[in-house]
Amino acid sequence: MSQAVADAAQQSASPEQGPKVNDIVIRIATPNGSGSQSANNILMRSIFTMGIPVNSKNLFPSNIQGLPTWFTIRVSDHGWQCARNRTDLCIAMNPQTAAEDIAELQPGSMLIVREALKHLVTRDDLTVFVVPFNKIVNTVCEETRLRKMVINMIYVGVVAYLLGIEMDEVRAAVSWQFSKKAKAAELNTRAAEAGYEYAEQNLPRQSGFALQRSTRANGKILIEGNQASALGMVFGGVTVAAWYPITPSSSVCEYLIGFLDKYRREENGKNTYAVVQAEDELAALGMVLGAGWAGARAFTATSGPGISLMAEMAGLSYFAEVPAVVIDVQRMGPSTGLPTRTCQGDIAKAYMLSHGDCKHILLIPGSVRECYEFSMEALELAEKFQTLVFVMSDLDLGMNKWMSDMFEPPSKPINRGKVLNAEDLSKNGTFARYRDVDGDGIPYRTLPGTDHPNAGYFTRGTGHTETAAYSEKADVWQRNIDRLSKKFDTARECVPAPVVQDVDGALVGLIAYGSSDFAVEEARHILEHHHGIKTAYLRIRALPVGGAVTKFCDAYPNVLVVEQNRDAHVAGILRSEFPEIAPKLRSILHYNGLPIDADTIVQQALHHAAVKERN
Amino acid sequence: MSSTVAPAPAKAPKTNRIGLTQKDYQGAESTLCAGCGHDAITSSIIKAFYELGIAPHDVAKLSGIGCSSKTTNYFLNQAHGFNSVHGRMATIATGANLANRKLVNIGISGDGDTASIGLGHFCHMVRRNVNMLYVVENNGCYGLTKGQASATADKGTIMKGGITIQSMPIDLCALAVELGCGFVARSFSGDTQQVRTLMKAALAHNGTAVLDIVSPCVTFNNHEGSTKSQTYARDHEEPLHEMDFIPHFENIAVEYEPGTTKVVTLHDGSRVTLKKLELDYDTSCRTKAIELLGQAREKNLFYTGLVYYNSNIVPFDEHINIIDEPLAHLPESRVRPSNEAFAKIMQGFA
Repeated sequence: MSQAVADAAQQSASPEQGPKVNDIVIRIATPNGSGSQSANNILMRSIFTMGIPVNSKNLFPSNIQGLPTWFTIRVSDHGWQCARNRTDLCIAMNPQTAAEDIAELQPGSMLIVREALKHLVTRDDLTVFVVPFNKIVNTVCEETRLRKMVINMIYVGVVAYLLGIEMDEVRAAVSWQFSKKAKAAELNTRAAEAGYEYAEQNLPRQSGFALQRSTRANGKILIEGNQASALGMVFGGVTVAAWYPITPSSSVCEYLIGFLDKYRREENGKNTYAVVQAEDELAALGMVLGAGWAGARAFTATSGPGISLMAEMAGLSYFAEVPAVVIDVQRMGPSTGLPTRTCQGDIAKAYMLSHGDCKHILLIPGSVRECYEFSMEALELAEKFQTLVFVMSDLDLGMNKWMSDMFEPPSKPINRGKVLNAEDLSKNGTFARYRDVDGDGIPYRTLPGTDHPNAGYFTRGTGHTETAAYSEKADVWQRNIDRLSKKFDTARECVPAPVVQDVDGALVGLIAYGSSDFAVEEARHILEHHHGIKTAYLRIRALPVGGAVTKFCDAYPNVLVVEQNRDAHVAGILRSEFPEIAPKLRSILHYNGLPIDADTIVQQALHHAAVKERN
Repeated sequence: MSSTVAPAPAKAPKTNRIGLTQKDYQGAESTLCAGCGHDAITSSIIKAFYELGIAPHDVAKLSGIGCSSKTTNYFLNQAHGFNSVHGRMATIATGANLANRKLVNIGISGDGDTASIGLGHFCHMVRRNVNMLYVVENNGCYGLTKGQASATADKGTIMKGGITIQSMPIDLCALAVELGCGFVARSFSGDTQQVRTLMKAALAHNGTAVLDIVSPCVTFNNHEGSTKSQTYARDHEEPLHEMDFIPHFENIAVEYEPGTTKVVTLHDGSRVTLKKLELDYDTSCRTKAIELLGQAREKNLFYTGLVYYNSNIVPFDEHINIIDEPLAHLPESRVRPSNEAFAKIMQGFA
């Protein structure tokens, strides 16, 4: 079935049909730390600036130099951005992996291979282009030490010739990449041109695939999710950030520092922000809580292992009702091994993180645009609800470059939530920190430094009365945690609502969230056009969810929940919070560390359909 | 026989320079054991803030968990307090300081809170030089969980239940000096005059001030064999100097005899006068401070007073170049870049 799906989705082009235009998957295998990153970015950008939709996936090791890296560029005229399980053009630069890279190719694929590795090509069902990379680099680069840095630019030129990428776009992309280094730009341009010339003189131009100028990518941007998250923080008015380096979240704060440095320094040279690299993740969230308590908009970014360390502080935020935001760029589990592989395995943990009865708001961005929007939204919601808000991104979204429409500037003013100043306190007469004045479970707070004798209150984790006095009375505390639950229920309809695509006559409803969205949309297309299965789709954008999910489940006889984790976190949460829909839910799960692809969803959906039919 | 006696005119209560009485600096009633050294420190805190005339609403009282950490509730009722989680107060204080540089931060911690579970955060707060007074109420044991040994308990101390401590103690003053703290002092909770003087000087200091106060636990660590008991502390305390503190707003000329006193001027113009006793002690020498603390360990005594002072270390908030106004209160116009800036950023990704 797997092969059938793949064939149906993307039949290999044959010369008689003419070339397949703007639809190709290019996979480049290199050792990391060899300068391939800039070459790959240039290749991708050259295609993008021809107006052709692109997406890239960087599969990299937990290592600085020498281990295998694969960079996959998916060119799709349709704009599909998810991972593909086939490669049309492979560039095998890495001796460590070349044999395996070649063996994995499907018949009919193209292969660019270094001359030194051509003995590894033992199959005859591939279109092979042998390129003497070392010889070519020696002609363009006299300095030996620079050769290994520019050698990768040669394949950019070769691919440009084979697929018809305009060399002017390659040159422009080189200038863009090395904007401040004229010498590097010149050398890299020369290497790309040498690759192009070699191919022109020695290799046949490809008739199966072609890249042609398009308008589909015009006006779009290419951006990483972590860049978008950082941008959202800047425009959300963040003033304090504390962080501890961890893959794959470190670049959120590194990009943040870059933006703040440029856009948040006042005329006197002073900063309207503070960024601290903390001693560990515990400290990072502690600093965020201290800052949030004192009235700053504060956040930290981390990944799963950091979330584990933050568990204690998460409970403090929840019970003491202190605003805080944590961006979790999810990756595979603990310590070494697979910190550079993606997953959605922190959802259940984050949702109920910490001790006692804890429930946290989770915003789950499904695109780079939502990474930007949900950073801003998380800062708003944290202050509105005086609690911890997670933004559940992942490595796929955070560290890969995605094509997107341009983002919109913020559309609503910043709202700092229920904060009483000295004037309010004089007017109100009384102030009870944990009293539900408005019936929504959200109390009023004051900030340290407020010049009023009634402003001060004492913040504790547990054991406080409505007026923040110490109490161990059972009924007092139960009332308080019931109010916290009410506050959480208020949040159900205030967080970003699910995006629902109802389809008349569909028998299957798909539920998904986060970075699975791209694969789900492509899978729906394949299911409908190749298997005649129409599907409705609900994309969860935040937890807790409101009534939209049960309404959706009522409308469709079969509901499949797509998740990038083994234990079906969201399906479990839905079953527990809405027992009436539990019998309907089935899971589609993907958890091997690689980004989810459309075929995985199609196969599992067809499997569920077959089981249903048998029963 | 009856006579009418005119009521005596009501005596106006004594007030400080901002018109508040000492009562305005009090807090909730202490729930600690009767005679606890921590309560004596609380009284000294109340007096120090009152005498300095610091407005209670400008103060952030921060603590972790433990008997010491509970005491932030027992002073300055009108100030905001945050009794956070065990060992993490330094991180909360760092965040609060960044959010609002105008707050006067006082952190109260204990030896378990600082020297064990919170040691890493303590070290990094000192390294950063976060602007705050960090008080360790050091009783060498865990009181709130009923008397377990702490990392500041001296080697050879016999704990309640007869267990003898075999590990080397952590000397928080030596550690603070080593990590570059600009104000390091040690005192004894029963010496209220010295505690108060040191506290006022510490509050005038710009940067982290560490004040380690030996504060006997009357319930779990006040028996023979304990080096943090009332009697041991009294018998083995050796003041480095007698002290007096003149706040910057009291422009009183200090008389001192050359050769026997030393005036240390703090960054805000306040002065600490150190009357030298037996030692020719120089508060500005880091090497000497470490040597002194080493000698104290060898002699099984503790020197009290200002161990080390250096006003030339830039506090964290200045070092990272934050604006003077509280970040917490900046209006949208100063924290959200313009739509033009946004458009420019978007173009950069096109």
